[in-house]
Amino acid sequence: MLHAILILLGCQLIGEMLARGLGLPVPGPVIGMALLFAALQVRVRLKPAAADITTIPLGAVASFLLANLSLLFVPAGTGIIRQIDILTSNGPGLIIALVGSTALTLIVTALVFVAVARRTDAKSGSGNTT
Amino acid sequence: MSDPGRLWVFLAASPLFWLTATLAAYAVADWLSQKAQRNPLVNPVLIAVLLLAVLLTLTRTPYEAYFEGAQFVHFLLGPATVALAVPLHSNWATVRKALAPIFAALVAGACTAVVSAVGIAWSFGAPFDVLASLAPKSVTAAIAMGISQGIGGNPALTATLVISTGVLGAIMVTPLMNAMGLTDYRARGFAAGVASHGIGTARAFQVDPVAGTFAGIALGLNGLLTALIVPVIIGWLRS
Repeated sequence: MLHAILILLGCQLIGEMLARGLGLPVPGPVIGMALLFAALQVRVRLKPAAADITTIPLGAVASFLLANLSLLFVPAGTGIIRQIDILTSNGPGLIIALVGSTALTLIVTALVFVAVARRTDAKSGSGNTT
Repeated sequence: MSDPGRLWVFLAASPLFWLTATLAAYAVADWLSQKAQRNPLVNPVLIAVLLLAVLLTLTRTPYEAYFEGAQFVHFLLGPATVALAVPLHSNWATVRKALAPIFAALVAGACTAVVSAVGIAWSFGAPFDVLASLAPKSVTAAIAMGISQGIGGNPALTATLVISTGVLGAIMVTPLMNAMGLTDYRARGFAAGVASHGIGTARAFQVDPVAGTFAGIALGLNGLLTALIVPVIIGWLRS
């Protein structure tokens, strides 16, 4: 457990240092995610017999955090009480922009994904048989 | 501590009270969401925020005093983002085969999110600083606030718009995808992550682990791409 927390914080810390040090437009935790992913990939390459990630403490801590991911947005979300004035003064335009844009983004992203996946899935399927 | 007024003065100033209140509000919200069989309309973030907003308003507690306690929960967003590497690693075989649809959908979704939000708000006559605050609304709060600051927006307003977008996306994604007859959980999860970042990702993990993994990838990649395209699009608006 201690090691798992140390690994997560360590990856985030290195990520923050790289983001600040190199002036990258990506936040530290996202770089930390890439680092941890790379480390996990190297781990299975070097030790194919290594225990499955879901059975080690790191897997347990990660799934605990992700199972409660919604909770972590509550403190920032409560900040809405400071913005009521701007939200109401820009009223319908802002609400329509949020609802409309979010719906449109969901639809466009999913449709493009499915359209391209249909081609590539078919290609890799025929690649396997021939 | 016989005087209840003095007890309250102590509690209201104590990080312990607001940390406990945050967890309790979420426990109630999550219980309701479970009771409703994870119906997307019963969104746990929305309910917990409403409960806390009412409590803060009734007790006239400033947000800063509340955040003294809630920051311990807020802090975990960083390690939780790093933890997304674990499902990505577990599902890598599935992800690897979908790299082409991932990148095509990312570019299409990121551009749609920025252009449609700014376009609609602009047509309603929203001022420039509101447009700049709104442009990065689909990416995770830390990135969005940085982008907003860089282009002349208001980072605090951006944070609120980001959370609102997250809740809206988490509520809309399931009924919208069902209405479209879309059954590919990779596409559904990826759309949730592009449109509504971490809150969409939390919703996707509730529905399906593969959807959650694809949402997590979308969240990371969209943060990067949006940071690159928003300054360009806002630059056009200025000129």
